[in-house]
Amino acid sequence: MASEKRVVFRSGWLPWALLAPQVIVILVFFFWPAAQALLQSFQQSDAFGISTEWVGLQNFENLLKDDTYLASFQTTAVFSVLVAGLGIGISLVLAVFADRVVKATLIYRTLLIWPYAVAPAVAGVLWLFMLAPSIGVVSYALRAFGIEWNSLLNSTHAMTLIVLASVWKQISYNFLFFLAGLQSIPKSLIEAAAIDGAHPWRRFWTIQFPLLSPTTFFLFVINVVYAFFDTFAIVDAATQGGPGKDTAILVYKVYYDGFKALDLGGSAAQSVVLMVIVIALTVVQFRFVEKKVQY
Amino acid sequence: MRKPFIPLSGLLALATLMSGPAHAQTEIQWWHSMTGGLNDWVLDLSNGFNASQKEYKIVPTYKGTYDETMPAAVAAFRAGNAPHILQVYEVGTATMMAAKGAIVPVGKVLADAGYTFDPKAYIPAVVGYYTAPNGQMLSFPLNSSTTVFNYNKDLFKKAGLDPNSPPKTWPEVVLAAAKLKASGVSCPFTTSWQGWTQLESFSTWHNTEFATKGNGFGGTSARLNFNSPLHVRHIENLANMAKQGLFVYRGRGNAADAPFYSGECAMATASSSTYASIKKNAKFDFGIAPLPYYPDVAGAPQNTVIGGASLWVMAGKKAPEYKGVAAFFNYLTNAEIQAKSHQRTGYLPITLASFEATEKAGFYKQNPGTDVAVNQMIRKTTEKSRGIRLGNFVQIRAIEDEELEQVWAGKKSAKEALDSAVKRGNELLVRFEAANKN
Repeated sequence: MASEKRVVFRSGWLPWALLAPQVIVILVFFFWPAAQALLQSFQQSDAFGISTEWVGLQNFENLLKDDTYLASFQTTAVFSVLVAGLGIGISLVLAVFADRVVKATLIYRTLLIWPYAVAPAVAGVLWLFMLAPSIGVVSYALRAFGIEWNSLLNSTHAMTLIVLASVWKQISYNFLFFLAGLQSIPKSLIEAAAIDGAHPWRRFWTIQFPLLSPTTFFLFVINVVYAFFDTFAIVDAATQGGPGKDTAILVYKVYYDGFKALDLGGSAAQSVVLMVIVIALTVVQFRFVEKKVQY
Repeated sequence: MRKPFIPLSGLLALATLMSGPAHAQTEIQWWHSMTGGLNDWVLDLSNGFNASQKEYKIVPTYKGTYDETMPAAVAAFRAGNAPHILQVYEVGTATMMAAKGAIVPVGKVLADAGYTFDPKAYIPAVVGYYTAPNGQMLSFPLNSSTTVFNYNKDLFKKAGLDPNSPPKTWPEVVLAAAKLKASGVSCPFTTSWQGWTQLESFSTWHNTEFATKGNGFGGTSARLNFNSPLHVRHIENLANMAKQGLFVYRGRGNAADAPFYSGECAMATASSSTYASIKKNAKFDFGIAPLPYYPDVAGAPQNTVIGGASLWVMAGKKAPEYKGVAAFFNYLTNAEIQAKSHQRTGYLPITLASFEATEKAGFYKQNPGTDVAVNQMIRKTTEKSRGIRLGNFVQIRAIEDEELEQVWAGKKSAKEALDSAVKRGNELLVRFEAANKN
């Protein structure tokens, strides 16, 4: 790489000016709200913000005292692992098959990309309709097999419902990246392996999958962040965190306490906790998991 | 024939635009959460007022559901452009009351504009809920509902029950449910708003405390109290019904309304404002009855608890604008308009005069059951039945839902769940008290 020709800016301000739009967007839309959340997490105020009081770590103490809050960490972990794992697994399978499709590729791919255009709340409602006890099409079919589907009172059923909706919503995104990744793998490698007598499964496992690892890693990070942050609308539409609190993942409570119950201090404290978790997870992913990635 | 697609609200906006600014009219913004037929009602009220005088113009705006409108108003207030009038659901009442700098009491708005306010003209349980301890009316009770017991007369007949004598007590509900189940009904009894109907209204109906300090009317130091033996007994009773398939849980909020409309559930405790929808959707003969009670409890039945929403006046507006708000509220208290609203929406009448006018017109005779809600509310209230007004009530409602679901799922006993709900709810009340000291 030593021979690479480097472009050097002679002007002092030009690089900054070119960077500015991006930096401003990040500052205004990411760092400013994050700083606000941090600030509010140390305050307690009434809904209208008339009296605001500094309460130190009170909001965090309240969270730690709340058993149901601690329990929702476990719920969130289960949910995130399921969403990221299933989301990546299923879309990888779909991408591998789509990669091998010869006829009508465009139609097949377009259809797989569609769900991404669906809003999370709509996805939640869609799956709720199919799986609603007594009126849902799927639950009606399940009853024929002797399964009494009731996501209103059965935690496993409720969790299945929100995982299904969340995974379904994210598959298209994962699929796009996997398909692009697969198509960037040189055909010659696969053909060489085929000539050597490697069957499709072996070709996938020893050539395609390792070469896809940067994509897989990237999607892993993205999917975990998705499960942590972007799924509250699905939960709100499908289960509202129930039964009990068994599907109340952390971000749902942030949304609920902040936007519905107008408890901004408590909600801000929770989002700070969430922020710390995701930063920690991302660091771990980059420090340890990334070492196994072959670029 | 193809009609051009112009939404009604768009037409109205166009019409108001074209009417032109001939006079310097004072505009009054009103944010509300009424949809469908109720939105038409809001528009009619505004248009009626706007046509009745020339100085002020009410501009109603739909801002989403109740729990969307309130955060929207909070954000607007913080940004300095709140509406003049804001419709807030009953669980938001304590939050609004505590926000002293954000609101102006309706009583003050009326008095400043020279209108007299006579609390005796109003139905006690309705106006009492929105009145401060010093007797000042804080918000204007636009649309109040309460809990009623709906039942499907056709399914009653099929099960060999008398469709004209609905169960009056909870033991009778169990018996009726068993008969309905035996006749093939898959959902004999269900409930909407489980916390509101089975804990809150249940408490006032049995003249039993839901929370201390007169259910929160006495100040923010109130604490929850709904794990009494009576409450435990009732939730246990429902849990047993659930186990036998007599009570079928159909979800939070008003999710259980739909299975009643569709004829799947035979009996349901629900809001009295379901009347219009049942009438429109139900393909069966239905009846409305008072909430069941336990006959051995002294003082039961007392009165049921209020629901619905009221109109709050936001602070920081100009004096002539407040005059306009007062004129509008004065217009709304008119007995004739009140009676019309009550008959049209199924919400409670808020003045006694409008109730009497409705009765005189023979409305209750022609629409049997519509007077049930009024009769449950028109009684003289006690300290324990005046209503429930608690801080962080939105979250407390969620806790009620969460804990009750554990009971219906068989994961917790009634006692465990209610104890836990009281404990968790009280932590929220402690925090609310701390945040609203001044």
